[in-house]
Amino acid sequence: MAKLTFRGGVHPYEGKELSKDKPMKTIVPKGEMVYPLSQHIGAPAVPVVKKGDKVLAGQKIAEAGGFVSAPIYATVSGTVKTIEPRRVVTGDLVNSIIIDNDGLLEEVEYTAHDPEKLNKKEILELIKEAGVVGMGGAGFPTHVKLSPKEPEKIEYVIANCAECEPYLTSDYRRMLEEPQKLIDGLKIILRLFDHAQGILAVEDNKPDCIELLTRLTEQESKITVKALKTKYPQGAERQLIYAATGREINSSMLPADAGCVVDNVDTIVAVYHAVAEGKPLMNRIVTVTGDAVNDPRNFYVRIGMNYHDLIEEAGGFKTEPEKVVSGGPMMGFALFDLNVPTTKTASALLCLTKDEVSAMAPSPCINCGRCVDACPGRIVPRKLAVLAQHGDEEAFVANDGMECCECGCCSFVCPAKRQLTQSIKSMRKTILGKRKK
Amino acid sequence: MEKMFKVSSNPHIRSKDTTSRIMQYVALALLPAMIFGIFNFGMHAMFLVMITVSATVLSEYIYDRCMKKEISIGDFSAVVTGLLLALNLPPEAPLWVGVIGGVFAIIVVKMLFGGLGQNFMNPALGARCFLIISFTSIMTNFDCDAYTGATPLAAIKAGEGAPELIDMIIGRTAGTIGETSMIALLIGAAFLLVMKVIDLRVPGAYILSFVVFIVLFSGHGLELDYIVAQLAGGGLMLGAFFMATDYVTRPITKNGQYVFGIFLGIMTGIFRIFGPSAEGVSYAIILGNLLVPLIEKVTKPTAFGKKKTKKEAA
Repeated sequence: MAKLTFRGGVHPYEGKELSKDKPMKTIVPKGEMVYPLSQHIGAPAVPVVKKGDKVLAGQKIAEAGGFVSAPIYATVSGTVKTIEPRRVVTGDLVNSIIIDNDGLLEEVEYTAHDPEKLNKKEILELIKEAGVVGMGGAGFPTHVKLSPKEPEKIEYVIANCAECEPYLTSDYRRMLEEPQKLIDGLKIILRLFDHAQGILAVEDNKPDCIELLTRLTEQESKITVKALKTKYPQGAERQLIYAATGREINSSMLPADAGCVVDNVDTIVAVYHAVAEGKPLMNRIVTVTGDAVNDPRNFYVRIGMNYHDLIEEAGGFKTEPEKVVSGGPMMGFALFDLNVPTTKTASALLCLTKDEVSAMAPSPCINCGRCVDACPGRIVPRKLAVLAQHGDEEAFVANDGMECCECGCCSFVCPAKRQLTQSIKSMRKTILGKRKK
Repeated sequence: MEKMFKVSSNPHIRSKDTTSRIMQYVALALLPAMIFGIFNFGMHAMFLVMITVSATVLSEYIYDRCMKKEISIGDFSAVVTGLLLALNLPPEAPLWVGVIGGVFAIIVVKMLFGGLGQNFMNPALGARCFLIISFTSIMTNFDCDAYTGATPLAAIKAGEGAPELIDMIIGRTAGTIGETSMIALLIGAAFLLVMKVIDLRVPGAYILSFVVFIVLFSGHGLELDYIVAQLAGGGLMLGAFFMATDYVTRPITKNGQYVFGIFLGIMTGIFRIFGPSAEGVSYAIILGNLLVPLIEKVTKPTAFGKKKTKKEAA
């Protein structure tokens, strides 16, 4: 049988061997903790604490600001120092709650539940209350995703275990070390959809995970493990749905339109914690890696910790990095400064001694067509980049510019080192911004 | 604030491919044909190749200098143009023909249109056609020390006997410096295919549609000797693998590349069978180059997930 995959895509250097074989390490937070009120898509959360308040770990410090929003919880015990704008990974200043960590890590009491005894409404409410959002990077509130208009039409719940971004191994470690939480989390989500099958979609560069998950789900009639061809961007939502189910959706459709719901590994584990253990979203796994750090590995991190502390735990810098990326090298954000907090969506901290991008100057396009071959959206990046530079919005939309998923494949393969993704991305932002008005 | 890291928009990594590396591969892939040509036709052919390549590289350098632009010869594209043009010249052509052709290819066809990536026709072919029109007798005289008389295709067209098939495949026939050896050209083409510099979309569609065309219209039907002679005896291999595949002047869309290849196959067939000349590859490719914007327009790919919505909407 042909391997499950999609058309297009690229094979960058994987870099996963740097961190994949080391077990996760828990970091004990110290000093001040920063909680940006906007670490998800949607309305910012609204603080429910004020300066001087004593808080415990697991206590709600900000309430969801609307339906498409998520509450935020303290991850340490201590005192609210202040609420003020702080720098986040994107470079923006975001209003944040700052907590002085007292180092005692006193926690509130959690109420465990038996998921089998909860109804759908109760499950969704628990997920919503726990502040679970898409932890793969987008940060879309999970309870919204799990409340499609017609839940009975959902046929597949896909666990995105592809982890196609180079260097990242956090999902890999999670699958190896806590596979049962992932499976139980998926089972909880499946309880929301009466006609749905669960799919654990794993790239075939993780044969140990495939083997382990297959063994653990042998008795589960509603869950199957599917091996996908290793290729970037296999974990992109639309490409993943296509590879796992053969269904195609375009940029203006939701996975639910194809009868699918997609959640990534960490998110599903967070759902498990929220429902079965009654714990809010407080931790995540962060891969700290790259050729600039001494001890690249995965860390079990309390949200709110400063990136400096993560680097310190990873043995500090071997060589001063030229570029630091929050997330993977294909879609992550470059940081100019490490002084930012870990948020719900921070999957990795990649420290590179050499910035390939600034080392290569763009030269004229030779029309080689590599971008067209690599584009998983089956559009013509070369043409769109030209239209974007000319500011021709009408032609950009007519040529399916809005179908771009900003995966970065075109810029990656371009032999002339042209900034294709970048041009297209900024044009998309401009157009989307105008549409909102 | 202390030292800051470099920032840029994603992606933060790049593939190892570069323009100059691609051009170096193409130049490398032309070497077997060039070496065979020199071996086959003698020292004059070597001088002709050297002077033509020097002419293309130097004229690009001087143009950049005069126009106060960044010197672009480092991308090796001028070397490729020079090599291709030289391989398209008759072995006994005077050296000044190579110089004029090289200058024309670079200055007129390439640089005046904006340089690399902007030219609408293949510079080497543009120059070759310019030379054929301007110096017809020189450009169509294939007499040399090694071979007297016509190229295999011309001989067939005139009703004279064609050379032995094996000679045509190896390349021991009259012709331009680089077109005669099918084997040498295929070695180069295989190298480019393996290095993923080119793919089979254009050359495959070109050669297949050409074969179908001559089977249907040449009057020779499925006569194998005739088909092999048509494939090996002229400029088809050089054209299909090295000139029709020129990135800048072939369509960028996948379907467009098939359309382009088929168009070239049919035009080459028409020129060779119904035209006055025995050859047709150069003109077919140049004509195809001119149609590229149109082909790209009508073969715009359907974006991922788009087709379905159209059907649903209908």
